[in-house]
Amino acid sequence: MKIIVNGQSLEVTATLLDAALGELGYGEARVATALNGEFVPGSARASTNLGDGDRLEILAPMQGG
Amino acid sequence: MRLYGVDIGSRLLLGTAQYPSPAILGDAVEASRAEIVTVSLRREAGGDQHGQAFWTLIRDMGVRVLPNTAGCHTVKEAVTTAQMAREVFDTNWIKLEVIGDNDTLCPNVFELVEAARVLSEDGFEVFPYTTEDLVVAEHLLQAGCKVLMPWGAPIGTGLGLNNVYGLRTMRAHFSDVPMIIDAGIGLPSHAAHAMELGFDAVLLNTAVARAGNPVAMAQAFAQAIEAGSMARSADPMEARDMASPSTPVLGKASLG
Repeated sequence: MKIIVNGQSLEVTATLLDAALGELGYGEARVATALNGEFVPGSARASTNLGDGDRLEILAPMQGG
Repeated sequence: MRLYGVDIGSRLLLGTAQYPSPAILGDAVEASRAEIVTVSLRREAGGDQHGQAFWTLIRDMGVRVLPNTAGCHTVKEAVTTAQMAREVFDTNWIKLEVIGDNDTLCPNVFELVEAARVLSEDGFEVFPYTTEDLVVAEHLLQAGCKVLMPWGAPIGTGLGLNNVYGLRTMRAHFSDVPMIIDAGIGLPSHAAHAMELGFDAVLLNTAVARAGNPVAMAQAFAQAIEAGSMARSADPMEARDMASPSTPVLGKASLG
């Protein structure tokens, strides 16, 4: 299925969020996730289903003012 | 200075963006003696380690982090960003920015107050980036904020304190609320002025990061803020319009 990851359309086979993160190469990276604009805590990723066209944001620490 | 129950020794909060290199950022934070640095969240592609490398650098500094919601324009965006930041940085502290105008980066104070209320009810300890408007400040306090961060001037301008009267009034009106001047500071003298006006601390980024020598500038800011703070404690004289001789007139020779 196709989902939008950080604004980019990508093909994933995983149907759960935690599996998709592994498939996309995030592994153990320190990231936070939001699905269709709603925050998904790390503890909820294994039970969060993905659907075709879902918008997934994956954010990491960055410099800020 | 006490912020949400935490005693902080340094009155300088430093941003971590725009430095020439991670090493210079590290040296500048050390030279500034800041105990709190601001950080943010951005998209990262799978396999990239930029975020992890930055996080390791910050963690090794031994400072407290204050994540921001930079770039957010709505309550929804700011709240979701804050929730994500809380998980990644493992802190309830959030520097709440809700921008209303792209030219001035002026806060959208209506959305700001609502976001502050939602986040405070969710257990966040909110540091709102606001204007010097007293009514907005009152609403932020009612929304649950225990710290206020009025701007000196628009973010990144380096113009200093644009509305000294407004800031002085705000300081007097909310004398017991910790207040941090956030944004617009360009020179150590601006920071010293903020401290002389009685503000508790100064938050800045560009003035240090974009200086020719960020490490030296960080040290200069640390000294200026310490001097301004000491001056405030020493109770400055009142300014007046007419001159008054400082050398005693009594006993002056008559030589005319």
